[in-house]
Amino acid sequence: MMAAKQVLDIDYTKYNFHDSDATYEYKFPRGLSREVVEQISQIKKEPDWMRQFRLRSYDHFMSRPLPTWGGDLSTLKFDEMLYYASPTEKKSRSWDDVPTYIKETFDKLGIPEAERKFLGGVGAQYESEVVYHNLRDDLAKKGVIFLDTDTALREHPEIFKQHFGTVVPPEDNKFAALNSAVWSGGSFIYIPEGVSVDVPLQAYFRINTQNMGQFERTLIIADKNSRVHYIEGCTAPIYSTDSLHSAVVEIIAKPGAHVRYTTIQNWSNDVYNLVTKRAYAHANATVEWVDGNLGSKLTMKYPSIYLLGPGAKGEILSVAFAGKNQHQDAGGKVVHLAPLTTSRITSKSVSKDGGRTTYRGLLHVAKGARGVKSTVRCDALLMDEESRTDTYPYNEINEDDATITHEATVGKIGEDQLFYLMSRGLSEQEALSMIVMGFMEPFTKELPMEYAIELNRLIQMEMAGSVG
Amino acid sequence: MSTTLEIKDLHVSIETKQILKGVNLRVAQGEIHGIMGPNGSGKSTLANTLMGHPKYRVDSGDILVNGESIISMTPDARAKRGLFLAFQYPLEISGVPLAQFLRSAYRAVKDEQKSEAKGVGGEMISALAFKKKLEDKLKEVEMDPAFAKRYLNEGFSGGEKKRAEVLQMAILEPAIAIMDETDSGLDIDAVRKVSEVVARMAGPKMGVLMITHYQRILQYIKPQFVHVMVDGRIFQSGGPELAQMLEEKGYEWIERQAAPAVS
Repeated sequence: MMAAKQVLDIDYTKYNFHDSDATYEYKFPRGLSREVVEQISQIKKEPDWMRQFRLRSYDHFMSRPLPTWGGDLSTLKFDEMLYYASPTEKKSRSWDDVPTYIKETFDKLGIPEAERKFLGGVGAQYESEVVYHNLRDDLAKKGVIFLDTDTALREHPEIFKQHFGTVVPPEDNKFAALNSAVWSGGSFIYIPEGVSVDVPLQAYFRINTQNMGQFERTLIIADKNSRVHYIEGCTAPIYSTDSLHSAVVEIIAKPGAHVRYTTIQNWSNDVYNLVTKRAYAHANATVEWVDGNLGSKLTMKYPSIYLLGPGAKGEILSVAFAGKNQHQDAGGKVVHLAPLTTSRITSKSVSKDGGRTTYRGLLHVAKGARGVKSTVRCDALLMDEESRTDTYPYNEINEDDATITHEATVGKIGEDQLFYLMSRGLSEQEALSMIVMGFMEPFTKELPMEYAIELNRLIQMEMAGSVG
Repeated sequence: MSTTLEIKDLHVSIETKQILKGVNLRVAQGEIHGIMGPNGSGKSTLANTLMGHPKYRVDSGDILVNGESIISMTPDARAKRGLFLAFQYPLEISGVPLAQFLRSAYRAVKDEQKSEAKGVGGEMISALAFKKKLEDKLKEVEMDPAFAKRYLNEGFSGGEKKRAEVLQMAILEPAIAIMDETDSGLDIDAVRKVSEVVARMAGPKMGVLMITHYQRILQYIKPQFVHVMVDGRIFQSGGPELAQMLEEKGYEWIERQAAPAVS
């Protein structure tokens, strides 16, 4: 995440991306109903197929029970939530409402004023819009499409309809159904055949107030032999009055394509973050999920990859940090449906002050998927006696020539390790940070440098116990 | 202005067992001391207690650096006052490159000292300046520069770990270095090579308290003072000839000397 270099004094109203002068009369009530879903579709002026898709999803959501595994979802109050907020409503929150610990974190991370307001969920668009526009022009020349999902539906209906909902159907799980009914915002990316995008595309370049929305829907289509790296989220805590964030991400990597999707999630500590992320990797394609979970009250997220053609490769690199009152229930799923496919899952979790981390992973090798190689490694670090970690790996291997390795470790910070580092002049806090950062290093080294630096600073703050 | 380390009638326990039963010693920057003794005599306990390992409890007595008591100080505070402990079994820290660790340690120890000395805010050493310093020290301790990128002690052989301890010592430039059985686990040639490096460093700038089982290392790092520990106390002190005598007569002999008369 890059700090904004200057705060430009621009009249932002001329950058309106959506019909936000919503002279719309309809006032959204709290709670979910068929009518609310219809209104969402109507406000967005969507084609009929999308409206039907939303309604069908709503029906499924209503009929599906809450999952009984994973974290505790019993306190979610679906009737009290607001499922759509107009941009102007979102803008009207004041900086004063943002909790002190969030403001302090911005201070410590050295994030300039304007950017803070944006990340605090306040204020309108800002400086990086200019960056966004320039980037868009560059990409447009290559035929790359990078838009928010709402706009993409309008401007590229055919390619949108062809791929939307094909990787994560609404019936997949209750929260995919919810997202499918009320989705708004998110990124749509299309990379044409043979095109390689060298600069990582970042979510916050898409300036629209729906950016940090509750029900983002992202769709990435990488055509044959193309290459793209997408980065979602950032290390600064996202303050949100929304208690539930339920996003869906679909990735289609066509033969020979390479897609990396990096997330660092740091939602504030009262948010439920329930996400369905899935990728299809065709023959000789590679998909990499780099998934960092630091915030939220409860995260349930298992990025998955379906390896559909020979030579396809999948990698999931996941890091979870659970502090006081936090539960990170994360992991990954890889499904080998074709021969000669390979995968690797690496999970690193840290629990502190009674926090709880859970690794949940699925490795499936289908009949006929011969010559598969897969490595799973999950390591957990418990920083004290109150904290907790659990591991639930599931292996379903239906071919006898698969090479599968699985390693799991659980450790705590050794007194001797701490003494060793402190004897070199490091304070206890510095020593703990160093050990934790070393533990997370396989993850951090895959991040762009700015993110790695900020992540390290955030970990140091966690060690100091100064983050709320 | 040399730093002094004083150990006064030190009694130390671990859990319920008392290991040190009244140790008295004075080491000054510029001196080289050797401490020898049989297993269980308390040599490692002494080394770890000096540096502040939490599992050792000081029952009575004191440890002073430049007249200031350090027994309530954390290990990092002691490092900042010029002490260094070369571990007998250096710990592995996964994912932390040696160079990065050294830079953090250097900043922790040196900048604090500098700012205290000048009374101004210490200026952080620049990355480039440190890189140069590290390169020089790697050469000085005869260590392959490739080690700088490797994770701290991870996968290092015994000899490589000991050499890495010496590298840390070279970077941090302590006033008094406590070396806990640096020669253990090393073959004859390795002992000589590591010792020669330490011998070059020892002197007016760095005092050494060398803890060892065998007198071989003391042939390279020549002590002015040799002490023998038996059963938690320094039983006898002398010059380098004491080490020679122990080599000839063995520890059993000196233990018999130390044992109370049976009658």
